[in-house]
Amino acid sequence: MNKEKIQKGNLFFSIVEKITPIIAIIGALIIGSIVILLMGEDPIQVYKMMFGLAIGNRDGWGNVLFRATPLIFTGLAVAFAFRCGLFNIGGEGQVYVGAFLAAYVGFTFTNFPAIILIPLTIAASAIGGAFWATIPGVLKAKKGIHEVIITIMMNWIAASFTFYLALVYKAPPTEAMRMAGVQQMIPHTSEIVEAARLPRIASILSKINIQFPAHNPLNVSFIIAIIAAFLVYYILWKTSLGYEIRAVGYNQTASEYAGINISKNIILAMMISGALAGLVGTNELMGYKFRWRQDLFTNLGFNGIAVALLGKNHPFGVVLAAILFGILSYGGALVNIFTAGKIPRELIMVIQAVIVILVVISDEIIKRVILRRKAE
Amino acid sequence: MIDSILNPDFFASVIRITIPLTLAGLGGVFSEKSGVVNIGLEGIMLTSAFAAVAGTNFTENVWMGILIAAIVGTLLGLIHAIVTVTFKANQIVSGVAINLFASGITVFLSWLWFHETQIMALDSLPIWGFNIPNPGEASPLVRSLIVIFAHHSPMVYITLIIIIISHILIFKTPFGLRLRSVGEYPQAADTLGINVISMRYIAVLISGGLAGLAGSFLSIEQAHFFVKEMSGGRGFIALAAMIFGKWTPIGTVGAALLFGVGEALAIRLQGIFTIPVQFINMVPYLLAIFVLVGAIGRATAPAASGIPYEKEIG
Repeated sequence: MNKEKIQKGNLFFSIVEKITPIIAIIGALIIGSIVILLMGEDPIQVYKMMFGLAIGNRDGWGNVLFRATPLIFTGLAVAFAFRCGLFNIGGEGQVYVGAFLAAYVGFTFTNFPAIILIPLTIAASAIGGAFWATIPGVLKAKKGIHEVIITIMMNWIAASFTFYLALVYKAPPTEAMRMAGVQQMIPHTSEIVEAARLPRIASILSKINIQFPAHNPLNVSFIIAIIAAFLVYYILWKTSLGYEIRAVGYNQTASEYAGINISKNIILAMMISGALAGLVGTNELMGYKFRWRQDLFTNLGFNGIAVALLGKNHPFGVVLAAILFGILSYGGALVNIFTAGKIPRELIMVIQAVIVILVVISDEIIKRVILRRKAE
Repeated sequence: MIDSILNPDFFASVIRITIPLTLAGLGGVFSEKSGVVNIGLEGIMLTSAFAAVAGTNFTENVWMGILIAAIVGTLLGLIHAIVTVTFKANQIVSGVAINLFASGITVFLSWLWFHETQIMALDSLPIWGFNIPNPGEASPLVRSLIVIFAHHSPMVYITLIIIIISHILIFKTPFGLRLRSVGEYPQAADTLGINVISMRYIAVLISGGLAGLAGSFLSIEQAHFFVKEMSGGRGFIALAAMIFGKWTPIGTVGAALLFGVGEALAIRLQGIFTIPVQFINMVPYLLAIFVLVGAIGRATAPAASGIPYEKEIG
C-alpha cells in the first residue's frame, strides 16, 4: 500500500518536475507583463508582436535559431560542468578567447584549402575555450579554490587580454578611413579568409530547392551545435568518462572511495565545458561577422547559465531552452524597433532573470508538495 | 619616480578605491558567517549605483539617493534570502540571477527614465574634515596627514564606523555569537533555540544593505555618474577580499586595502610606463587570483556556508 503510494508520488513528481520550466516561463511572462503595464503599454499586444514576429515565418525562425546557436554552446558548457558539480561562470571569457583564436587561425593561414582550414578553425575555437577553462579547473582540483570566483576573474582578464590582442592584430584601415584620417572606433581584426567561413543554411537549402531568405544569418554552426548536444549526451550517459564525471558531481567522497580520480575528472570536465563555450566562435566568427570584434559577444556566458538551468542540465533541454531564449531575444529586438525604442530590449534580460529565479523556486515548491503527499 | 607614486594623493586615492570593496566585502562577511553565499553582491552594487543616481536626481538630495540605494540593496538581499533561505534554492544560481537581473534592469530603467545609458548625478556629497592647506602654509607632515586622512567624503568616515560596528557586532555580542553558530552548525544552534531562518534573513538583508552603500559610493562619489556595468567585477573582488580576510571584518578591510593599493598603483603606472592599458586593467583581477591561490589552506569558510538549512522532522 505504502509502496504503491510512493511510486504514484514518484510518477506525479517526475511529470510535474518536467513542467516546472513551463510554470516558470509563464510566471516570468506574467511579471514581464506587469512591467509592460507599468510602462503604459498593452502586454498582450507586445507579446503578440514579440512571438508573432519571431516565429511567424521562415526568416523569423532562421534568426531565432541563429540567436539560439551560441546559447546552445554556452548552455551545454554550463550543464556539462554542472554534471561534475562545477559551476562554470566563465563562459564569457572562454567565448572571447576561443573566438579570438579562431579569428587568428582564420586570417593567418590564408593559403590553406577549406577542407583543412574549416576543421582547424573550429578546433582553434574549442581549444581556446578549453585552455581558458583549464586554469580554473586546475586551481579547483589542486588547490580547492572555488571555481566561481576564479572563472569570473578569468572573464575580466579575457576581456582585457583579447582587447589588447585585437589592437595588436588590428585590421589595416580601409581606403575611405585613410582618406578621412579616422581610426577604428571599436578595435577589430581583419576578416577571416573565404576558406575558413561556414556556409549559410540558406545557400544549402537553395541547392535542394527550398525557399529560404538568402540574407538570413543562420549558418552551419547551428548543425554543429546540435551535434555537440548529441555528443554531450553520449559522453555523459554512454561512456565511462561521463559516468565518472557524473559520479564526482553526485558525491565526491563516495567517488573517491570507489577509486575515481577526482582532480582528473574536475580538470577534464572544465576542459570539455570550456571547449563547448569556445565553439561559440563558429557561429559568430566563422558564420556571421567573419572578424573578431569586442562587442560581438554580450552576456552569452551568463545567459548560458539561465539556459542550462531552464533545460534542467540535460543537453536536449538545453537546446529547447536556447531556442526559447532565441525567440525572446529576437522578438525583443524586433519589438524594440517596432515600438521605436519604447520597449527597451533589456526587458528580455529582466524576464530571463525572473525565469531563473522562478525555476529554482518552483522546483522547491514542488518538492515540498511531493513530500507532503508522501507524508500523508 | 617613487616620489611621484608614493605621495599623499596616492594614499588618499587608495582609501577611496578601498571603500566600496570594503563595504561589499563586509556584506559578504555577514552573509557567509550566517551560511549564505552571496555572489549577487556584484548585481546589488550595480543596481544600487543606479538607484543612488536616480534617487539623487529625483529627490534632488544626495543623501536621499544614498538612502534609496541602501534600501534597494536591502530589497535585493531580501529576494536572495527568500530564494535561498526559505526556498533553499542553490545560492550560486540565485546570485547569478540577481546579477543578470541587475544588468537588465539598470539599462532598462536608464532608458525608460532618462533616455540614455549614462546618467549624471545632479548633486554630490560634501567634503568633511579640514581643507587642504597650500604648500608652505602648513608643515609637509600636517599637510600629508590632512590629504590622506582628514579630507574626504562623509561616506569614508561612515565606512570606518561600519567597520568597527561590524567587528563588535560579529565578535563581541550575543547576536554575533548566534550569527556565527548558525553559519557553523545550524542544527546545534536550532537546538539551543536560535531561529536559524530569521538569523539568516537578517544577515542577508545586512549584506544587501552594505552592498547597496558600496554601489552608491561607486556612482555618487567615485564617478559622479551612472553608466551600465559600472560595477565591473568589484562585487567579486570584494568576495575575494572576504576570503583572503578569512571571513573577518578587519581581515576583509586589510585585503580590500591591498586591492586598493593594486588598483591605485595600476592607475599611476599607466602614466609612467608605456604598458598597454589593457594589461593595467587586468591587475586587480590577477591580484585577486594570486591572493586566492596564496590564501587557500590558511583560510576556512564557515562550515555551513552554502548549505541550506533543513530542519529535521520527526
